[in-house]
Amino acid sequence: MLKVTGIQKGIVIDHIAKGNGIKIFEKLNLAKVNYPVVLLINVSSQKLGQKDIIKIQDNVDIDFTMLGLIDPKATVNIIEDEKIVSKMSLEIPKEVTGLFQCKNPRCVTSVDDYAVPKFTRVENGKIQYRCNYCEELTEYKL
Amino acid sequence: MNQTVKHLVDPNDFTVEEINQVIDLGLKIHSNPAQYARLCEGKILGPLFYEPSTRTRLSFESAMLRLGGQVLGFSDANTSAVKKGESLADTVRVLDDYCDALVMRHPMEGAPKLASEYSTVPVINGGDGGHQHPTQTLTDLISIKYYKGHISNLKIAICGDLLFGRTVHSLLKTLSRFENITFYLISPPELKIPKHLKDYLLDTYDVSISEFTDLEDCIEEADILYMTRIQKERFLNEEEYMRLKDSYILTRDKLSEAKSDLMVLHPLPRVNEIHYDVDRDPRAKYFEQAAFGVYVRMALISILLEVADHA
Ligand SMILES: [Zn+2]
Repeated sequence: MLKVTGIQKGIVIDHIAKGNGIKIFEKLNLAKVNYPVVLLINVSSQKLGQKDIIKIQDNVDIDFTMLGLIDPKATVNIIEDEKIVSKMSLEIPKEVTGLFQCKNPRCVTSVDDYAVPKFTRVENGKIQYRCNYCEELTEYKL
Repeated sequence: MNQTVKHLVDPNDFTVEEINQVIDLGLKIHSNPAQYARLCEGKILGPLFYEPSTRTRLSFESAMLRLGGQVLGFSDANTSAVKKGESLADTVRVLDDYCDALVMRHPMEGAPKLASEYSTVPVINGGDGGHQHPTQTLTDLISIKYYKGHISNLKIAICGDLLFGRTVHSLLKTLSRFENITFYLISPPELKIPKHLKDYLLDTYDVSISEFTDLEDCIEEADILYMTRIQKERFLNEEEYMRLKDSYILTRDKLSEAKSDLMVLHPLPRVNEIHYDVDRDPRAKYFEQAAFGVYVRMALISILLEVADHA
């Protein structure tokens, strides 16, 4: 098996569903950072069969809202001195700002650069968000 | 951003108590306008009309002038200093220094909400796309209060384009918060109220909604009949249009089925959805409704400018 050394300090995002690793990598803009990042894909997993993992060294300040939106089943481990100091489980976010577009073409957020799309989740069993500006529902899809 | 300024962008920006305050003040002004004629002396209202709407703009301007205030704004984005490309945020951050309150009409939905996030003075939504039109709703409610004496225990039939009709959306969202309200919604299948709005109303409020395609099926039950314009182009199906078009035109004949104390309302302008012969029926209240629009806007402006107690 491919061996990747642990990190000294940072974050490990584990149990990412196979295929979501690259999406998270892109959405978190990890290709453009200047600290070490490892993206592992198709890692064998007892729970998931295969999973993806992302390890980020030195930085713990990432957008957990985004993570929850893409893969709420992933787990986040914060590492200090090569040890896990805290484990976090993710949630589908209740409030989302700027991560996707409102589907309503008549919405002010579609024409005004200043209007960052903001959404509040609707509790209806689906992953749907109500636009804080025009109130239209947008289903989140990657 | 200024969180302490009071705006009326969405009907829910005002509690039911606050809505009642505006309406009651509007009725007081209606009965004794002279007492309020100098209330807004030295104040400026800024109508920012990004699309023309003579009726709404003149109603606001009349309201401000009748309060002794002045107006300064524009009535068409193309002829104004506001060029396309400038963010609303920038426009508002300049104009809120020129005016004490702003009224915005905008084709994009949510534009007044965006403006309110940057304005240091109250922003009033004068209609945004097919979304909301809360001051039309205040106009509707003050008329109902005046003629019915209360805004509760009412069966309200709303007829026309319920999909794109912002006056309808605001009215539904507001009336749903009052007690024991039943809605009969009459529209062609293509123009039913947006699903997200219907779900929201049913999930949030204790309100009853029944949908019909023919006006005749519920007119005799209604306490209020709210007519709106329906454009032929909105129908997707020509056959359906031919079948239904007469259903959406109110005639004296159709009114014979209705209650004797029915109120017929319409946000105006009317095209042909209310036959002219209905105008002579005492149940027709849409011109009185338009007149109340000025009084309720006078009340709203004085409350937002915090001068209502100075009369
Ligand atoms: Zn929107």
